[in-house]
Amino acid sequence: MQDSDLGSPAAEIAVGDSVFTIERAIADLLHGDNSSQYYAAWWLGKFRVNDPSVVDSLIEALRDESDRTEAGGYPLRRNAARALGKLGDSRAVEPLIECLECPDYYVREAATQALEMLGNSSCIPALIKLLAGGVEEAVMVTGKPHLVQPYDAVIEALGTLGATEAIAQIQPFLDHPMKRVEYSATRAMYQLTNDAIYGDRLVAGLQGQDLQLRRSVLMDLGAIGYLPAVPVIAKTFAENSLKLIALKGILEHHLSKTDDLFLSSDCMEVMQVMDGLL
Amino acid sequence: MIEKFIQAIEEADSAPKLVKAVRDLADAQTTEAIPVLIKVLGFNNPGAAVAAVDGLISLGNIAIPALLEQLDGYNYGARAWAIRVLAGIGDPRGLNLLLDAAANDFALSVRRAAAKGLGNIQWALLATEEINHAQSQTLATLMKTSQDVEWVVRYAAIVGLQGLATELFNRQEQDAIDQILKRLTEIIEQDDTLAVKARALLAQQKLSVSGC
Repeated sequence: MQDSDLGSPAAEIAVGDSVFTIERAIADLLHGDNSSQYYAAWWLGKFRVNDPSVVDSLIEALRDESDRTEAGGYPLRRNAARALGKLGDSRAVEPLIECLECPDYYVREAATQALEMLGNSSCIPALIKLLAGGVEEAVMVTGKPHLVQPYDAVIEALGTLGATEAIAQIQPFLDHPMKRVEYSATRAMYQLTNDAIYGDRLVAGLQGQDLQLRRSVLMDLGAIGYLPAVPVIAKTFAENSLKLIALKGILEHHLSKTDDLFLSSDCMEVMQVMDGLL
Repeated sequence: MIEKFIQAIEEADSAPKLVKAVRDLADAQTTEAIPVLIKVLGFNNPGAAVAAVDGLISLGNIAIPALLEQLDGYNYGARAWAIRVLAGIGDPRGLNLLLDAAANDFALSVRRAAAKGLGNIQWALLATEEINHAQSQTLATLMKTSQDVEWVVRYAAIVGLQGLATELFNRQEQDAIDQILKRLTEIIEQDDTLAVKARALLAQQKLSVSGC
């Protein structure tokens, strides 16, 4: 796919055989049938079309009532939330916070992740509210394949947002029976306290039996930039592609962010490991 | 002794058993293992394939004819692993496949393995009169791959360019080296991925240490 200048409204991006313009995407989002709307929302996020009118339309789509699943979900709202997370426009923050009370679990999850990406700490109190009831109430919903709340997403978001005021609520989740939730809490606690004990717990998770968990721990370690994980990541039983992504996260965390790029010996070692995994 | 390992592969009834059996065979480091190791590349078992790739790379040039011969009519997955083997060995008989894979394969993991491999070619195995042309093609492909949409492929292209530059230095091809150095500078200034910039800077530093 070719990148074109996305600033111009007439910009086109060839997707396979068809040409999908920003204008078409907005039109579809506003007036299309449900599946066109759903696709348009996805497309606008994927190609980072952060035009203000696009953001407006996506915010409107967060209140859509027409696109429903049999189970009562709101698919367009989910895609709109996901897209808004990628567009970096903070006007979406308040509407996304409202979505945290949507009856659709997947909308709450998508809104949480979008708020994490937007990085605005005003959402912290609303996120903390989702942890109410603690571990005791963090159970599977009968007949559904998910927990009462998207705890892993909420806790990860709180970690990314630096919500030290949430430490007391997050800490109990270190003992949640589901590993995925436990790891989210571990990751967030590292980000909020910088205590290596949490980083080391994640590193231990790289040797677990479950490939899916190993994969997600790799992503966690990349996200928190935990340098001591590097040699263990190199030997983890998982796809090299994911190990490279994790190492990239750690590398970039440690590179000097000033105008002058400076390569410490730690950074050179990370790159040496990455070279070996290509 | 090796029959035992081959039998273990054929009889493995679980993924972990298969992986272990392949590792045992690869560790035996015998050329008789080559056909079986190549077959394993097509088994749709990543753990076993990785072990087979490592085994074939250790066996080296001697594995190349069989590998090239069995590449046609391969399933895509097996081909992707085979590209890794070629990249790891660096035998110039695999060069055209690597050039094609780095530029055109639709899987980023194949493009990145091929790009890295292009920096690792055993040029001395080529006839002298072929080397110039082969290196020009390699340079052109790596320059193009250094603009790939995927950050990790650009990263691998830099690794490839570093390897190629070292070789070009030995042959005193200063024009080509200058081209590479210029490209590295561009990447440091313009790439939008910090890790890619860093790898270009590292390459620049390593090349200047060796006198390029």
